[in-house]
Amino acid sequence: MVARAVLPEICTAFLALLVLTVDLAWLTTWSESARKTLLCVVCTLALGIAWILLDRNWEPVAIPTLGWMASPGVTCLKGLIAALTLGSLWLSRESSFTKHVGEYFALTLLAAVGAMILCSTQHLILAFTGLELLSLSLYVLTAFHKDRALSAEAGLKYFLFGGVSAATMLYGFSLLHGATGELLLPKVAMKLAAGPVEPIAVMGVLFASAGFAFKISAAPFHLWTPDAYQGATPGSAAFIASVSKLASFALLAQVTWVGWNPAGVAGNASLGSAKPGWIAFFAFAATASIVIGNLAALAQSGFRRFIAYSGVAHAGYMLVGLIANTQDAAYSVLYYAVTYAIGSLGLIAMSAILENRRGSDAISGFAGWMRESRFLAVCLMVFLLSQAGIPPLAGFFAKFYVFSAALKSHGAPHGVFWLVAASLVASCVALYYYLRIVRAAFEARDLAEAGQAPGMPALWITRAWIGACALLLVWWGCFPDKLLSLLRGS
Amino acid sequence: MNASSIPWLTLLTAIPLVGGILILGSHLPDGQRPRRFGLLFHALSLGVLALIFTQFDPAVGSMQMVERWPWIPSLGTEYHLGIDGLGLLMLALSCIVLMAATAFSRRDIPSGRIYHGLLLLLQAGLHGAFTAQNFIHWFFYYELSLIPAYFLVKLWGGPKRGVAARTFFLYTMAGSAAMLLGFLATYAATGSFDFAELAQRGKGFDGGLAAIYNVRLGLPELSTRALGLLIFFAIFLGFAVKIPVWPFQSWLPLTYSEAPAPVAMVLTGALSKLGVYGLLRIVLPIFPEQVWQTQDLLLCLALASIVFSAVAALAQTDVRRMLGHLSISHLGYCVLAVVCASRITPLDGNWEVEKQAALTGAMLQMFNHGVIAALLFGLAGWMEERVGKPLEMGSMGGLRQKAPVFAGIMGLAVFASMGLPGLSGFVGEFLIFKGVFALVPWAACLATLGLLGVALFLLNYLRTTWHGALSGDSTRFADLTVRERAWVTPMVALILLLGVHPQLALKWLNAAAVLLTERIAI
Amino acid sequence: MTPTWTLVICLLGAILQQFMPRTEPKFARATALLTAFLSLAAAFSGVVNGMDPGVFTTLTRAPWVPGLGIEFHLAADGITHCMLVLTGIAAVAGVLFSWNVEHRVRDFFSLYFLLLTGCFGVFLSADLFLLFVFYELAIVPKYLLIAHWGSKNREHGAMKLALYSFVGSALVFAGILACAWASGVGSFSLQELGKHAFPPDFQRWVFPLLFVGFAVLAGMFPFHTWAPTGHSAAPTAASMLLAGVVMKLGAYGALRAGVALMPQGAAMWQMPLGMLAAIGIVHGAWVALTQRDIKYIIGYSSVSHMGFALLGLLSLSSAGLSGAVLQMFSHGIIGGLLFAIAGRMIYDRTHTRELAELEGLNLQKLMPFAAVSFVLAGFASMGMPGFSGFAAEAHVLAGAWKSFPSLAILSGVGIVLGAAFTLRVVHRTFYAAGAGEVEPSPASTKEKQAHGEALVISIPERLGAMGLIAVALAVGLWPRLLLDWIVPALESPLFENLRKSGGLQ
Repeated sequence: MVARAVLPEICTAFLALLVLTVDLAWLTTWSESARKTLLCVVCTLALGIAWILLDRNWEPVAIPTLGWMASPGVTCLKGLIAALTLGSLWLSRESSFTKHVGEYFALTLLAAVGAMILCSTQHLILAFTGLELLSLSLYVLTAFHKDRALSAEAGLKYFLFGGVSAATMLYGFSLLHGATGELLLPKVAMKLAAGPVEPIAVMGVLFASAGFAFKISAAPFHLWTPDAYQGATPGSAAFIASVSKLASFALLAQVTWVGWNPAGVAGNASLGSAKPGWIAFFAFAATASIVIGNLAALAQSGFRRFIAYSGVAHAGYMLVGLIANTQDAAYSVLYYAVTYAIGSLGLIAMSAILENRRGSDAISGFAGWMRESRFLAVCLMVFLLSQAGIPPLAGFFAKFYVFSAALKSHGAPHGVFWLVAASLVASCVALYYYLRIVRAAFEARDLAEAGQAPGMPALWITRAWIGACALLLVWWGCFPDKLLSLLRGS
Repeated sequence: MNASSIPWLTLLTAIPLVGGILILGSHLPDGQRPRRFGLLFHALSLGVLALIFTQFDPAVGSMQMVERWPWIPSLGTEYHLGIDGLGLLMLALSCIVLMAATAFSRRDIPSGRIYHGLLLLLQAGLHGAFTAQNFIHWFFYYELSLIPAYFLVKLWGGPKRGVAARTFFLYTMAGSAAMLLGFLATYAATGSFDFAELAQRGKGFDGGLAAIYNVRLGLPELSTRALGLLIFFAIFLGFAVKIPVWPFQSWLPLTYSEAPAPVAMVLTGALSKLGVYGLLRIVLPIFPEQVWQTQDLLLCLALASIVFSAVAALAQTDVRRMLGHLSISHLGYCVLAVVCASRITPLDGNWEVEKQAALTGAMLQMFNHGVIAALLFGLAGWMEERVGKPLEMGSMGGLRQKAPVFAGIMGLAVFASMGLPGLSGFVGEFLIFKGVFALVPWAACLATLGLLGVALFLLNYLRTTWHGALSGDSTRFADLTVRERAWVTPMVALILLLGVHPQLALKWLNAAAVLLTERIAI
Repeated sequence: MTPTWTLVICLLGAILQQFMPRTEPKFARATALLTAFLSLAAAFSGVVNGMDPGVFTTLTRAPWVPGLGIEFHLAADGITHCMLVLTGIAAVAGVLFSWNVEHRVRDFFSLYFLLLTGCFGVFLSADLFLLFVFYELAIVPKYLLIAHWGSKNREHGAMKLALYSFVGSALVFAGILACAWASGVGSFSLQELGKHAFPPDFQRWVFPLLFVGFAVLAGMFPFHTWAPTGHSAAPTAASMLLAGVVMKLGAYGALRAGVALMPQGAAMWQMPLGMLAAIGIVHGAWVALTQRDIKYIIGYSSVSHMGFALLGLLSLSSAGLSGAVLQMFSHGIIGGLLFAIAGRMIYDRTHTRELAELEGLNLQKLMPFAAVSFVLAGFASMGMPGFSGFAAEAHVLAGAWKSFPSLAILSGVGIVLGAAFTLRVVHRTFYAAGAGEVEPSPASTKEKQAHGEALVISIPERLGAMGLIAVALAVGLWPRLLLDWIVPALESPLFENLRKSGGLQ
């Protein structure tokens, strides 16, 4: 029974070790791409078989001492994380950057383990451990392209910011523990709700929130994001953009909904009745993210940095849902995070293809894609429009769920109406830059003028992943209930 | 099928409409054929009109040959046709004038099929407007007549045709828009567009329409009286521009001088009558109270039209502009008569005769002026054709010596226009003065000034251009050809006949004038 | 066949285009024409089947997002049928006027039919959420159509249109959400919401959200500036659809979601919003009078005409509402025709839209067919009796007199200005020279030789233009063609709230 609850993590961790061993033992003499291919196949087969064998028809399980929650819904989320991880692994085949393929794969898989832990845990120490497992692996992964100065710089920047934020978060956790004497989120909540809230608890919550804001790259803690996205290899960047963000939001949703629910620490962000607390803090962070993210994205000429800044803005939208602080809101944030992760994976894959094709990731390089590859261009449009929130794509319902949750909270209709309004205005700005890229891709460009032969240099497997992502976004856009019920585990 | 079941009035409108569309859509080359086709269709309508005359009962003052079908129920609109004596006479006038205009047109006119097609459409509009008894229905034709007129001026006019056509169209359109708004307000208040029904509502001095407006339209800022006047003026404006009444006349001289002569014939002979017709059919029966309330003002406007135009005509050097001012002046008498007839009096028979005289006079004046003015413009057109440029006062002289017949006809037309007894122009003006003098003596006195002015400049025109010594320009001036004489003869005959025996026209009008008088009395 | 098929046909048509041979555009065109005709037939099917115009008849109904009470619910009443037929006609005419598109024909028609899917969808939706989804669905195709196939300033125009639409839909979005929750019916169904009486305070702030949000797309002053730029940048078929159908989406939404659901809110905002509508009428006409580019003139005239539709809606009277729907239809036909002539017949042949340059070409002689159609369309547009525009404007003004007489008077100024700018554009485009000049001027003879065959108006264009003129005339002479569908629809339970609150008198 209990084994079921941690089976995904165990499988993945085991796989990480297996991959490391296989690579060290037999593959050192192979070429880089062959090693990658083989390892990708191994990972895919292993995780695929594990998924098939996994029994997903059981009642939710809780291990109270560890604060471990597991249910078929959570397992689905972990499956999704595994799938996204696989996607980013396959994507690493798009470029050649290292001789240490085994290590790269193992680190990625370990990071995935960290991410999976975040989905299940309600224990502060476990949560921090999971976060650190995820983050430390990612620092290394970001800097993995050793020949490239940009990669090293990105790694360092990510590491420095990450270190400070981890410290902040840990400090916050310790203050919280000091105030309540508990580490399990439900109990923390009970203690907080029981008596008057001590200022130190509020301080703890705020410090921890700042740490979270870093993880989800919300402004003003987002400064590492563009560099990391730009410097990392496509595979790592895809992982950071999709898995890491999804897992961080999963944890944040748990923490806020289960642990920080009591009004004393929650605070309020409604106009006229604002009170300090994590809601007020995240309301500020959300506003800043939405404004800074969208405006900065507007000014980007490089596609990766563009994705990073629009990611900051999306983090802001998700925070809007989060501060509604209801069960529905938590699920809506998860829904948003999932659709965002899928879209980001697709976009980073696009950026990899773009770099291979044009030599740089300048957005102007998208010109003429429709002529060069109709399939990729259409998929690109699906990703962009889903991020922009145009129906009937999944991104639209994500926004819909998040905003409606935010409006319903705090006693509608006032709620955080101002924040939703700001988000709606900002999404108009967003539409502007998304549409610009859509148009560029749609525009015909003379191939001879660009000095390039027709045909896209994209691996078929990358195309397959892109196609799958696009299909999912359309499918879940047409039938949004499917994903939601998947997440709710019903 | 017996004669009474045939929708004669619809037919009368349909003939020129179908003819116009046929000619416009055909590929007739320039030359005689478009003109002949045009004449054919005009002759057809004249024939139908003759049949209508045989079936019309002059002793009945109310609408005859009524055709009535629902059209747009949600807008109170019906397809409602009918004529009384006034309508009949106007139909006759438009048939005559349009026929004459077609006949007077140059044979080698460029794009002849479009020209004659538009003339036919214009006639369709006139026939429709003179027979319609529901505002929307009427307005449809009223506006329909405007479009061909615009293009006739715009495409075949003189050097300044663009400005002329545009001014003409926009002035009329502004008037129409005001009128439309006024009627829509009336509809919003009463739920009806039917002229007869509205006249019923307008009757009575416990507020009439104004009271209904006040209740049904939410304009609390305005008093009942002011609201009634506002809507009345909106509707009056439409007709004032069309006739035109001073100070809305400034589009006219330019338009009449730039339009090709046959088109000017139609404009003055038939189209301007739509305005006076509207006063008689719409304004007076529906708004008797408001006309009475503003009688002094309206009288001043009518007098200004009569006198100022006569004075302005004195100052013109261009013959066509002079004739244009003449038209304004003459139609001013009609307006004067209509306004005077609105004087509120009990129905005790004392004033009835005078009012009937004024109204009959106005109706007759419309008809006679139509024929005479058309003839004047037509003749001016022929002169222009002969000299090849616009006519200037004093640029020619002594034409009588070269073209005696032309001079004779011109003289007849001019004297008829001055209102010389024995010619048709006299009868109408006499009746008007008879009525007006009794009703509002001071207005009648002032109006005579206009007569004086008209006589002055028309005689001056005859003296300088037709009499005296031959001057340079006119040496090769040819007399009327046989064909031209043939076309002029019927019109001349009409002028003489109606001058000597006005009863020919009056017998159709009497009943209608009596009924109208009853309608506007208490 | 039911009107639901319009969606299926257009969607399939859009996909089918991608399978047409790339080198033979005629197949793509023929398929497009066939698709358009089929969609027109499907749009007519409701009328042909004798559906009751006074009943909001469900056509298709299936749960979509049960968790939120969102249904895939299509239904139609008389007003819907009018709009469907309009869309069908515009679709066919648009294909006919796009016969000369040579560049990426398949993509063009794919997007064209996607846009039509969105339009048909909005008109058919009986679920407010579904309506919104279709409304948004139309944004991207129209953006790409303009940005890629458009003319001068296309990127700017396309982006402006897309952003304005999006801003409008953001307002609508907020309004719809508020509506759905406040009612507590747990559904977005128009019928269900129509039964619910929203509290006046709620209506006070939600009505403007919904109405203004939708009216942005209907070109309401001061949110109208997308219209001239968007219209003039668009390729002919797209500007026909934009003016003909897309602007109606806004007015239709404002009617269904704004006026019908929140009549009290409408009554509270009647005067200020009506003022904006009337200002739009006058402002649009006034600015059109000063423009130098023929498409801008028509673009501003669209603003002016849609002002009448909005004014009619806000009058909340029976005549005003039916006039508004009639005006939507009428402007769809006439505006489409004007854009077709300006874009396809004039611009594609002379490559200029500047009045000053067109003046010298003596186009009346070179393109008599275009001249005549433009004159007819122009008179129809200025509201001459006999054309559909008059019947519509008369209804609207009759309604306006009851609700806000002063605005009715103001709109009268708009009518006169409308006549003025129409005359100006007709004059300067075609009739700068008179018929008296028998010989065409040397310049125009040269012009004619230079263009040769290209100046001959092709058969598809003639068919399209004549068809549209015939519709405008038919509706103008016999408005009951549409009114018999519109008036009963206003009596349906959907407008129960409006009747209760004293509207529809």
